[in-house]
Amino acid sequence: MGIFEKFQKLAETRKALEKNSSEFFSVVIEKVISPTEVIINGRSVVLAGGNNYLGLTFNAECIRAACDAVQKDGTGTTGSRVANGTYSGHVALEQELSEFFGRRKTIIFSTGYIACMAMVSTLVGRDEVILLDADCHASIYDGCRMGGAEVIRFRHNDIQDLEKRLHRLENRKTNVLIVVEGLYSMMGDRAPLADIAVLKRRYGAYLLIDEAHSLGVLGETGRGLAEEAGVEDSVDFIVGTFSKSLGAIGGFCTSNHPEFDLLRYASRAYIFTASSSPSIIASTRMALKILRSQPELKHRLWNHAHLLYQRLKDLGLSLGPTPGPIIAVCCENPWKTVEIWRGLLDHGIYVNMVLPPATPDGRALLRCSLSSLHTREQVEKIGDAFASLKAKHPNDW
Amino acid sequence: MLSDRELFEQIIAVLRPLAKDGAEITADTDLVDDLSLDSLKIMEVMAEIEDRFDISVPISILSDIRTVRDVILQIQKLLAEAD
Repeated sequence: MGIFEKFQKLAETRKALEKNSSEFFSVVIEKVISPTEVIINGRSVVLAGGNNYLGLTFNAECIRAACDAVQKDGTGTTGSRVANGTYSGHVALEQELSEFFGRRKTIIFSTGYIACMAMVSTLVGRDEVILLDADCHASIYDGCRMGGAEVIRFRHNDIQDLEKRLHRLENRKTNVLIVVEGLYSMMGDRAPLADIAVLKRRYGAYLLIDEAHSLGVLGETGRGLAEEAGVEDSVDFIVGTFSKSLGAIGGFCTSNHPEFDLLRYASRAYIFTASSSPSIIASTRMALKILRSQPELKHRLWNHAHLLYQRLKDLGLSLGPTPGPIIAVCCENPWKTVEIWRGLLDHGIYVNMVLPPATPDGRALLRCSLSSLHTREQVEKIGDAFASLKAKHPNDW
Repeated sequence: MLSDRELFEQIIAVLRPLAKDGAEITADTDLVDDLSLDSLKIMEVMAEIEDRFDISVPISILSDIRTVRDVILQIQKLLAEAD
C-alpha cells in the first residue's frame, strides 16, 4: 500500500467536485482592488467571504505603521519569543490588549490557530477534563488531540446537555475547562454565554471563549460576546485572532489569572514558533487603536448584516438563526450547492462554500461574511445574485 | 447493573434504524463499512448512547470504535468506571 493510498476517498471526492466546478479548486485572487473587491479570472468580484469585518486590510494608517516597522525592524524576527524573537512591539501589543480587555496578562501567538491550539493543549492535562461545544473550530479540536486531557463534547449550544455532563463529572474532583466560541464561524450563531457562565460558577469549572469572529463585532466596545453578554468576570481565558477584524495575522489569549504567564514556558506551540514579524505587530497595534476609536465601523457592519439577512430571508432561504456579519445559507444537496456557488461567482460574488463533513449538521453551506467597507450597492448586489440563483434553482436549497 | 445481553440489545436499538433494508446487526457489524456511517453520524449515535446510559464518552475513544462489539466494550468500561 502506497503512502498516499489512504487519501483515495479524498481524491475521489475532489475529482467529483472538479467535474461539477473546476473553479472551486483554482480560485486565485489575481489582484486586490479593495478590502471588498478582487479580480478573479480577469473579472471583478465582490468578496463576500473574507472575514474582513472592519475592512482594515487597506487602512492607510495600518499600512503606514507596517511599512515603518519593516524599515525600522526588518522583515522578520527569525526567532521564537523565548529566544531572540521578543521585540518591544510584541510586548507593547500584549500590554495594549490587556488594557483593552481589562485583564492582567496577554500572550500573543503567531496565528489564531496556534493561539487556540496552544491554550487548549497546555491549560489542561492528564486527569483533567475539557468540555467543548461540538461545533468548536478545528484548532480547538486539534489542541484537544495534542494535550493529555480527557475531552468530552456537549451538543452545540445545549445548556441542558452541558449541565448533565458537568454533573457527571462532579465526583471526579478535577479541573474542568469549558470551551466555547463567541460567534461560531460556520453558522454565525452565538454561544448562550450568560447561561454557560452560571453553570461554570455553579460547578467550579474554568471557562475559555474563542472570540475569533466576535472581536470588534460584538459588545459595546468590541470586546466580543463576553462583553455583550455582561459576563466578562466569569470568563477565565479569552482567545482571539488578528486575522479577521484586525486585518493581519496572529492570535492572543488574555487572562486575569496571576500565574497565566507560566504558559509561556509550558506551551510548546509558543516556544517553538517564530514570533510575528514587526510589520504584522505594527499594523495590528494600529488596527486595535482604530477598533477602539471608530465604533462607526462596527455599526456600519451591523447595518449591512441586517440588510442582507432580511433580503435572503425574504427569498425564503434557510439561514443561520440570527442576523450577523456571518450569514450562512444552508443547502440540502452538496452537488447542487457547487452549481449555485459557481453561479454566484458568475454573478461576480465570491462566498465560501463549505461541504460536509466540515459543516455542523451535514448540510452544505454557502457562507457569506460582510465587511464594514462593503458599500450598500455591493450588499445589494450580493442579495441580487442570490435572488437570481434562487429563481434558477428554486428547489435546490 | 445491566447484563451484557441487555446492553447489547439497547445498543442495537439505537443502531437498528440506521441499518439499510432492515439488515441484521450483530456484534461484528462494522459501523463504517456495513452501516455506512460517516464520522458525524457516529458522533450522533454516540450522543444518543450517552443519553441512554447517562454517561459521557470521551472523544479519544471514538478512534477505537469500529464495530458494534467495540461500542459495547467501551460502554461497559465507562459504566464500570461510573459505578
